[in-house]
Amino acid sequence: MKAMLIARRELNAIVRSPMGAIIISVTLLINGLLFYNMVLTEKLLSGQVLEQFFYYTSGPMMLAAVALSMRLLAEERQNGTVILLNTSPITDAEIILGKFIGAFVVLMIMVLLTLYMPALILVNGKVSVGHIAVGYLGLLLLGASVLAIGIFASSLTRHQIIAVVIAAAILVPWLVLWKLAQLVDAPLNKFLNAFALHHQNFRTFQTGVLRLDSVVYYVAVTFFFLLAATKVLEARRWR
Amino acid sequence: MIEIQDLYKYYGDRRVVGPLSVKIEKGQIVGLLGLNGAGKTTTLRILACDLLPTSGSVRVGNVDVVENPELVRSKIGYLPDSPPLYNEMRVSEYLSFAARLRGVQRSELAKRVDDAIEQTELGEERHQLIGALSHGFKQRVGIAQAIVHRPELVVLDEPISGLDPKQIVEMRDLVRGLRGEHTVIVSSHILTEISETCDQLLVIRDGRIAAAGTEAELFSTLTHGMRIEVTVRAQSTEKDAVFENLRQVVSRLSGVSDISQIDPPEPGGHWVSALVVGESDVREELLSALVSAGLKVVQFARSENELENVFLSLSGAGERRARRGTRSNVRSGSDAAEAV
Repeated sequence: MKAMLIARRELNAIVRSPMGAIIISVTLLINGLLFYNMVLTEKLLSGQVLEQFFYYTSGPMMLAAVALSMRLLAEERQNGTVILLNTSPITDAEIILGKFIGAFVVLMIMVLLTLYMPALILVNGKVSVGHIAVGYLGLLLLGASVLAIGIFASSLTRHQIIAVVIAAAILVPWLVLWKLAQLVDAPLNKFLNAFALHHQNFRTFQTGVLRLDSVVYYVAVTFFFLLAATKVLEARRWR
Repeated sequence: MIEIQDLYKYYGDRRVVGPLSVKIEKGQIVGLLGLNGAGKTTTLRILACDLLPTSGSVRVGNVDVVENPELVRSKIGYLPDSPPLYNEMRVSEYLSFAARLRGVQRSELAKRVDDAIEQTELGEERHQLIGALSHGFKQRVGIAQAIVHRPELVVLDEPISGLDPKQIVEMRDLVRGLRGEHTVIVSSHILTEISETCDQLLVIRDGRIAAAGTEAELFSTLTHGMRIEVTVRAQSTEKDAVFENLRQVVSRLSGVSDISQIDPPEPGGHWVSALVVGESDVREELLSALVSAGLKVVQFARSENELENVFLSLSGAGERRARRGTRSNVRSGSDAAEAV
């Protein structure tokens, strides 16, 4: 499958560039500091500590997902290398999928490198492995959604900074929808809570509850933005 | 091999290419010539399935670029004006990636990459990072990626631009070496760069084919006769008299339509140079007349600029210069199109 060729190249490019190492190390550092200063300072039950860990890990991980995805297509257009892909017998969907898989593998490695923190809770307290697994599934699903949004933003421009601005313009209002939900009446507030990118949908994973609707929600968001990015690539040929 | 019929490409309301119809036979090396903004790159990008045509049909090996672009892409190797290279990859690694993208099987991969490296003489650079290579070598890697999957059609967009004279000669040999196995389209805005390499030349002007044929055919369609540069020895005090003498000798010959003084080939010497325009090939008669008249001829040759003048006139450069003179601050539409 040609998407895997692109994924492998993308993975190598991220690992070889200093940017990849910087993104991963800075994210891990922020995660560690947040865990130490925000989570461990309160007297909480082990389960609550784990819950807080997932909450505080999700923020830096979303930033890392934007940082990883901003260059995926913008840089190819900036350097003119996108022509190699455009003139090869490969579909636009395979290009996008390959890019997504490559960046997702990096994101997955980065997220799994935080495992030492839940491991500490597991050793020193009482939490179930299932809670840890569900929390990580939530982190990865949220990460995949943000990556897909970042890839869509990156497909719209040749400038990485503009890609970040576009991604932020989509993400920030979407993340704070739950605040808006507090200001409006039912049933709109229910809809806004269910639609918000982080609040209600992520909380289930955070607390160790695996809900199918939340899984479907993140998979749908990821699929929608990857599809949108594919359509942007297709549309460029029609200019 | 290639059949283009009534091709049009618009960017918004602006026509960049069209109407353009052309047929190219298999195994030929075809030069696409035109000034910057004439529509060369757009035409080549349509051929390489990077852009879709607004209307018209483009078929490569009997396959339509709109109906089945993936099949066409597998038949084509394309080098854009700036080679699509990943700087963090090594040469052989990049070529393997490009070959796999184009569907080369794993079992054949090593051989195909080795062949492309050998053809483009990149043996010593194969393990180097692409980002560390010079412009000339990057251009070679660009050609290697275009031929690594042995495509039927190789499309090279200005492969010679930015190369030094030695690299230009090497690049010509490289392109010539592709003849037979591949059909090659190579574009340039400088005629002399590719005229020796190509079997056929297509001059493109304002998105249309302005002229087509071999170098000799193009030449004969546009020029009537021949331009000859003559340089004779003359002391600095007698230059005017020598030129006058030259003019009189030449004007007595039948078949000569014009003579004008030009700058000598080497400045500072004791020379007088003239450009003689003959209605046909009058070189023999002219030389014997000059020698009989006692003029000391030190240089005598068909004008090297002649071919370039033919191209300039076909490509409309004269008109463009005139337009620039009156509207120097306005970019022409076709210029802007090239920049898109």
